[in-house]
Amino acid sequence: MFDFSIITNWIHEQLISFMPTGLAVFVECVAIGICIMLMYAVLAIIMIFMERKVCAAFQCRLGPMRVGPYGTIQVFADVFKMLIKEIITINHADKFLYNLAPYIVILASIMSFSCLPINKGLEVLDFNVGIFFMLAASSIGIVGILLAGWSSNNKYSLIGAMRSGAQMISYELSIGLSILTIVVLTDTLQLSEIVERQADGWFLFKGHIPAFIAFVIYLIAGNAEVNRGPFDLPEAESELTAGYHTEYSGMHFGLFYVAEFVNLFIIAGIAATIFLGGWMPLHIPGLDGFNQAMDYIPGFVWFFAKAFFIVWLLMWFKWTFPRLRIDQILTLEWKYLVPIGLVNLLLMVIIVVFKLHF
Amino acid sequence: MEKKRNYINGLLHGIGTLLTGMKVTGREFFTKKVTEQYPENRKTLVLSDRFRGMLTMPVDKEGRNKCIACGLCQMACPNDTIHIESETITDETSGKKKKVLVKYQYDLGSCMFCQLCVNACPHDAIRFSTEFENAVFDRNTLVKILNKTQSNH
Repeated sequence: MFDFSIITNWIHEQLISFMPTGLAVFVECVAIGICIMLMYAVLAIIMIFMERKVCAAFQCRLGPMRVGPYGTIQVFADVFKMLIKEIITINHADKFLYNLAPYIVILASIMSFSCLPINKGLEVLDFNVGIFFMLAASSIGIVGILLAGWSSNNKYSLIGAMRSGAQMISYELSIGLSILTIVVLTDTLQLSEIVERQADGWFLFKGHIPAFIAFVIYLIAGNAEVNRGPFDLPEAESELTAGYHTEYSGMHFGLFYVAEFVNLFIIAGIAATIFLGGWMPLHIPGLDGFNQAMDYIPGFVWFFAKAFFIVWLLMWFKWTFPRLRIDQILTLEWKYLVPIGLVNLLLMVIIVVFKLHF
Repeated sequence: MEKKRNYINGLLHGIGTLLTGMKVTGREFFTKKVTEQYPENRKTLVLSDRFRGMLTMPVDKEGRNKCIACGLCQMACPNDTIHIESETITDETSGKKKKVLVKYQYDLGSCMFCQLCVNACPHDAIRFSTEFENAVFDRNTLVKILNKTQSNH
């Protein structure tokens, strides 16, 4: 498996050879920040294109086909359109909070995005409570959404934001429980370590029944966490025009839109990391030739393939199931997912204590 | 006890119905897409036979149509789209008088494609073709004479 820390260490040594260490670290931080932003934007564009194509395929259509080959330039055109649109500020809106809200959303999204281990030695934020930090960072986004709804001086926005807040805070619990199930199995919170432990089999297979239940709960709760269908009632367009981002235009709306799609990717990326082994290739114990062949595929390809597979799964959910009512959403969470998650956690503890896992 | 069973049965039933839905859309994902990319696929475009594009008067091999100029289509038309001019000629051999079609004028611009004329025709002399690219710059070009030759019935 190729280790990217060779390259990063080399760059670091080159930099400190002609400048002080503090400056070198600063330059590296700026460079990494730019790289993350770039990747964020590129991923958002890929995700929007994928959403359109996958949605079309599920509805027996072709999707965008006119702009560029197979409609590939369409998203770039849309991004350009979004960039040149006017940002309107509304009368009687709380100007400061109104302008702050999209940046809080995007900040939370980028912070949790930089936790994802993409390849061996290619983790930006990686420390001993990594997954805990990621959960904490991703929940900051709720503040941005509540601010957006509150400050736009619009009752639909407010209702959308309140729904979103209730929903996201509830489903945070299920996400936490399902991740905790895997943490019990790994006894580590560090994301790179979690990936390393899956070298001889992904946790979905190693933890068998409870891991699978946790995976399903994670997918459902994760889908709710990013406010996507069938849990998209914070922006239920038939009732609330567009929910919390009704009053936003131009790039401020664009930031919400981009954050929604990249959050979906982050949810899928975490699922790929903790359940499907992140950048770890598919290893079957005993088949050495097969394992070696799998090792030739670079880690980031594995990571993105797994993440996009889960994105596809989530899109499948979105374009299949009808939207839930707010009471149904809360019933699903508090009466089904949380109890099942707790029992599942207990089951995992029993399995780990008696060493029934692989 | 009864309540507990309802809870678990409801859960399993819910999962079952969700999987049914996913099966349907999952199959749809891989089926051939129905989208017609119209201007590009002009050559291969297939329309249903029942599509009503434009009224036509089919002719047989000798170029004769079946119209007997009875005027039923003209009377059936709610929009006055069809105007028939006919004349009465005397058959030279038998000496019987007979009505023949001179001009069958059809205004595509006022036609609403209700097919009442085709249904009214006793001899199947007119029918709708699937040709649909009817856009023109001048309204007068929409007025068409359907019979190419005079009727020989």
